[in-house]
Amino acid sequence: MDLNLDWSLLAPEYILAGWAGMVVLLDLFWGRLRKQQLAYVAAAGALTSALTALIWVNEDTNFANLIDINNYTTLFRVFFGLIGVFACLASARFVNDRLLHAGEYYGLILLSVLGANLMAAASELLTAYISLELLSFSLYVLTSYAKFDLRSNEGGLKYMLLGAFSSAIFLYGISMIYGVSGSTRFSEISAALSADTSGFDLAMFLGLVLIIAGLGFKVAAVPFHMWTPDAYEGAPLPVTALISAIGKAAGFALFLKLFSQAFIPLVDDWRVFIAVLSAMTMALGNLVAIQQHNIKRLLAYSSIGQVGFLMMGIAALTPDNADAASALVLHLVGYVISNLAAFVCVIIWYNWTGKEEISDLAGAAERAPYLALSLGIALFSLAGMPLFAGFATKFILFQTAAEQDLLWLSSLAVFFSFVSLYYYLVVIKQMYLGEPEEPTRFPTPWLEYGALTLLVAGVFVLGLYPQPVFDLVEQGTTAMMAASGAAGAVGAPP
Amino acid sequence: MEWVLFALIAIPLGTVPIFILIPSRYPQLVRNVAAVSGFAMFVLALLVFTRYEFTGGSGLRFDLQLDWLENVAFLKENGITLHLAVDGISAPMVLLTGIVIFAGVFISWNIDYRNKDYFVLLFLLVSGVFGVFLSLDLFFLFFFYELAVLPMYLLIAVWGASSHFGTFTRTKEYGAMKLVLYLVGGSVLIFIGIFATFVEAGLGTFDLPVLGSVTYDENFQKTFFPFFVLGFGVLAGLWPFHTWSPDGHVAAPTAVSMLHAGVLMKLGAFGILRVGISLFPEGAEFWAPVLMTLGVTGALYGAVSAMAQRDLKYMVGYSSVSHMGFVLMGLATLTTIGVNGAVLQMFAHGVMTALMFAMVGAVYDQAHVRDMTVFGGLAQKTPRLAAFFAIAGLSSLGLPGLAGFVAEFHIFVGTFKTYPWAGALGVLAAAITATYILRMLAMAFFGPFNERWAQIKEMRLGEQFGGALLIFFIVFMGVWPAPFIDRINDSVQFILRV
Repeated sequence: MDLNLDWSLLAPEYILAGWAGMVVLLDLFWGRLRKQQLAYVAAAGALTSALTALIWVNEDTNFANLIDINNYTTLFRVFFGLIGVFACLASARFVNDRLLHAGEYYGLILLSVLGANLMAAASELLTAYISLELLSFSLYVLTSYAKFDLRSNEGGLKYMLLGAFSSAIFLYGISMIYGVSGSTRFSEISAALSADTSGFDLAMFLGLVLIIAGLGFKVAAVPFHMWTPDAYEGAPLPVTALISAIGKAAGFALFLKLFSQAFIPLVDDWRVFIAVLSAMTMALGNLVAIQQHNIKRLLAYSSIGQVGFLMMGIAALTPDNADAASALVLHLVGYVISNLAAFVCVIIWYNWTGKEEISDLAGAAERAPYLALSLGIALFSLAGMPLFAGFATKFILFQTAAEQDLLWLSSLAVFFSFVSLYYYLVVIKQMYLGEPEEPTRFPTPWLEYGALTLLVAGVFVLGLYPQPVFDLVEQGTTAMMAASGAAGAVGAPP
Repeated sequence: MEWVLFALIAIPLGTVPIFILIPSRYPQLVRNVAAVSGFAMFVLALLVFTRYEFTGGSGLRFDLQLDWLENVAFLKENGITLHLAVDGISAPMVLLTGIVIFAGVFISWNIDYRNKDYFVLLFLLVSGVFGVFLSLDLFFLFFFYELAVLPMYLLIAVWGASSHFGTFTRTKEYGAMKLVLYLVGGSVLIFIGIFATFVEAGLGTFDLPVLGSVTYDENFQKTFFPFFVLGFGVLAGLWPFHTWSPDGHVAAPTAVSMLHAGVLMKLGAFGILRVGISLFPEGAEFWAPVLMTLGVTGALYGAVSAMAQRDLKYMVGYSSVSHMGFVLMGLATLTTIGVNGAVLQMFAHGVMTALMFAMVGAVYDQAHVRDMTVFGGLAQKTPRLAAFFAIAGLSSLGLPGLAGFVAEFHIFVGTFKTYPWAGALGVLAAAITATYILRMLAMAFFGPFNERWAQIKEMRLGEQFGGALLIFFIVFMGVWPAPFIDRINDSVQFILRV
C-alpha cells in the first residue's frame, strides 16, 4: 500500500509545537519580557496556525492513512486555533496577576490546541487516542496550575485520576473493536461491520459501550460527568474556559467522526443508547445547575446540559446524509462562542474583584454596564433565546433529531432549555437588580473588552444570519461523511 | 409597499442601537427619539391598515419573502425565509400595536430611572410583537414570539412595583419570573408542535402558506392541535394557565402593562388562529368543545375574581383574563361570525385595557396606592381622568357605541349558534363585568369626596394625549366597525375554508 508521507500536510501542527517551545524558552531566557506580552505571542502562534490551515481549503488528502486533511479538518483547525487565541487573550491579565510560570502556561495552551487539531483530523483509533491524551494531559496540568490553591490541586488530581481511568476504558474499547474488525482505521472498521451479517456480536457491543464511556467521560456526559464541577471550580478561570471550549469541541469532533465513519453501520443498535445518555445528561446538567451558588459551577453544570443537547446530534446520525453532523457542529460553534463570551465576562469580573459567587455579581449593571450586557447576551444565547446564536443553532439541532423519529428527545431538549432559562435569569437578576457594594465604575480593560466584543459579534452573526457559517460547516461535514468511503455512506446533496 | 412591513419590524429594532449610543446623561433626547420612532410606527401601522385591500384571494397583502437559511441540512429551497405579509386578521392587530406603543411612549414619559435601558427593552418587545403579527414562517413567528417575551423579565423586575397586601407581599421579581416562566414554558409546547409539523409535512420548509396547503392525517391533527392551543393559550390567558397574568400585569410598569395586556395577550389568540386552526382544521373541530369550555370558564372565573379585587390594577388584570376568555370562546365556535367577533374583541380589548392600565397608572403615580376603597369622588379633582376611565370601563362592559359592544355581540351570536349553554354563561360573565366596573367607578371616582386626596391633580399632558388616542379608536370602532369587519371577515373565511 502506498502511503502518502507528505510531511508538509502537518504544518499547522508544527507551528503550534514549535511556537509552544518558543514561548517556554522566551519566558526562560528573556527575563525582561512581560508576562502579558507572552500571552500576545502565544495568541499570535495560535492565529498563525489557524491561518496556515487555510492552505488546505477544499483539498482532500491524508497523511499515511492516519490523518485526514479535508474540509472537516480545516474547519476544526481554524476553530481550535481561534479558541486558542481567545484563551490566551483572556488569560493575559489573570496569569499576570495570579499565576507563576507564564511560559509553560501558554505553551500548554498551544499544545492543547495541537492535540485538539489531531483529534479532529485522526482517521485511525490509536492516532485519535494519542491526540486525545495530548489534549487531556495539557488540561490536567493547566487545571492544577494555581499550585498554592487547594481547590486547584484537588480539581487537577480528580480530573487526572478519573481521566486516566477513562483513557484506559477507551483503550480497552479500542482493543475490542480491533479484535472484532481487524483494523483500527475508521473506514476499515466500517467496512468490516457492514460485511458482517452474523448479527449481534457481544465483543463488538462491549467495545462500543467502552468507547462511548471513554468519550462520554471526555465530553462530560452523564453518568461520566463527576469530574466536571470540581475541575471547573478548581481550575484557574481561563483554564475553565479552555476546558469548556476546546475540551468539549475536540471531544465532539472525534465523537462525531468516529460514529459517523466507523460505527455508522450499527447505527440502529446505538442510537437509542446515545439518545438515552443524551436525555440523562441534559436532565441532570440543567436540574443540578439550578442549585449552584458559584458561577463556575453553574457554568460547569450548564455545560453538562449543553453536552446533552450536542449528543442529540450523534443520536440523529444516519448513513444517508450529513444533516445531523452539520447541525451538531453548528450548535457546537454557537455554544463555544457563547460560552467563551460568558467566561471572558466572568474572568474580567474576577480580575477586578477576585470573587466568583453569583451573589457577588450584584449590581454589575451599575458598575460595568458593558460587561453586564455582554454576560446577559451570552447567557441568553446559551438559553436559546432569539437574536442570539443559541436560538438558531438549537432550533436546527432539535429539528434534526425530530427528523430521525426522536421527537421525544427534541421535546425533552426544549423542556430543559426552558429550565436552563431559569438559572441564567437568576444570574441576570443579580446583575441588574442587585445593589452594588460601591457605586464606582471599574476601569475599562480594553484588551478583554475587545476580545469580548468579537465574541458577542459572533453570537449575533450566528443568531441573525447563520447561512454563511452553516455553509462552511456543511462543507466540512460533507467532506467527512464522504471520506468514510466503503462504508456505504454517501455525501450529502451539494 | 412590501417594505412597509419590513420597516415595521426594522424601526423598533433599529431604534435600539440609537438608544444605546445616546449617552445616559441626555434622558430627554432618549424620550424624543422614542416619540419619533413611536410616531413612525403608528403612521406605518395606520398605513398598513388603510391600504389593505380586503377583496379576494387568500387575503395576504404586501407579501415579502427574503431568504434566510436554505439548502442546508434538512432545509430545502426556501427552507427558512423572512416571509412577511398581512392578512385581514393581522392588519387590525398591527394597527393596535402601533396605537398602543405610540400611546405607551407618552405614558412612559416621566420614567427617570435608567430610561434609556427601559426604552431599549420596550422597543425590542415591540419589534417582537410586530414580527409575530407579520411573519408567515414558523421559524420567524417563533423567533419573534420569544423576542416579545424575553424583555418582559427586566422590564417588570427593574421598573415594576411590588404589591403589598395585609399579610404578604407579591414582589415584582416574583411577578416577573412567574410571567416569563409561564410564557416560555408555554412556548415549549409550540416548539414541539412546530417540529412535529415540519417532519409530518416533509417539505423542507417552515413557510406557513406551504405548510397550510398540506392535508395532515386526522390523528396527527388531533394529537398536535392541543400543543399549539395550550402553548399559545398560556399567553392568551387560557384558564387555568392564566395566573401569571394578574400578577405579571400588576407588577409591570404602566406602559408595559398596556402593551402586555393590550397587545401581547393577543399574540396568543392570534397564534391559535394562524397556526393551530389554519393548519389543523380537523383537530380544531375535535377540540373545539374543550376550548369552548376553558374559554367560558376563564370568562366567568376572571369576572368573578375581578369582582373580589380591591386593588384597581388587579381588577383590570382579572378583567383581562375574563375578556380573553371571550376571545377564546369566539375562536372555539369555528363559525365566521364567532371568529370575527374574537378578532374584533382582540382589538377592542387591546385598546380599552391599555386605556384602563394607563389610567390606573396615572392614579397610582400620584396616590401611590391602588386600593379602590380608599379613594372616593376623585372625579371632582380629576374630571378627565375619571371620564377616560369611565369610557374604558363602559366599553369593557359592552355599552353600545363603544368597541366592546361590537365585539361581544359577534361572539355571543356565534356562541349561541353553536353552544347555547356557553352563550348563556358568557352573557352572565358580561353581566358580572358590568357589576364590578360600575362598582369600581362608584367607589373610586364618584360619590362623596375623600379629603385625603385634596392634593391630587389632573393627568399629565402626555397621559391625556395617549388616553385620547386610545379613546378615539374605541369610539371609532364602536360607531363604525365596518372597516374592521370587512378586513377580518375576508381572512377568517379563508382560514375556516368557507
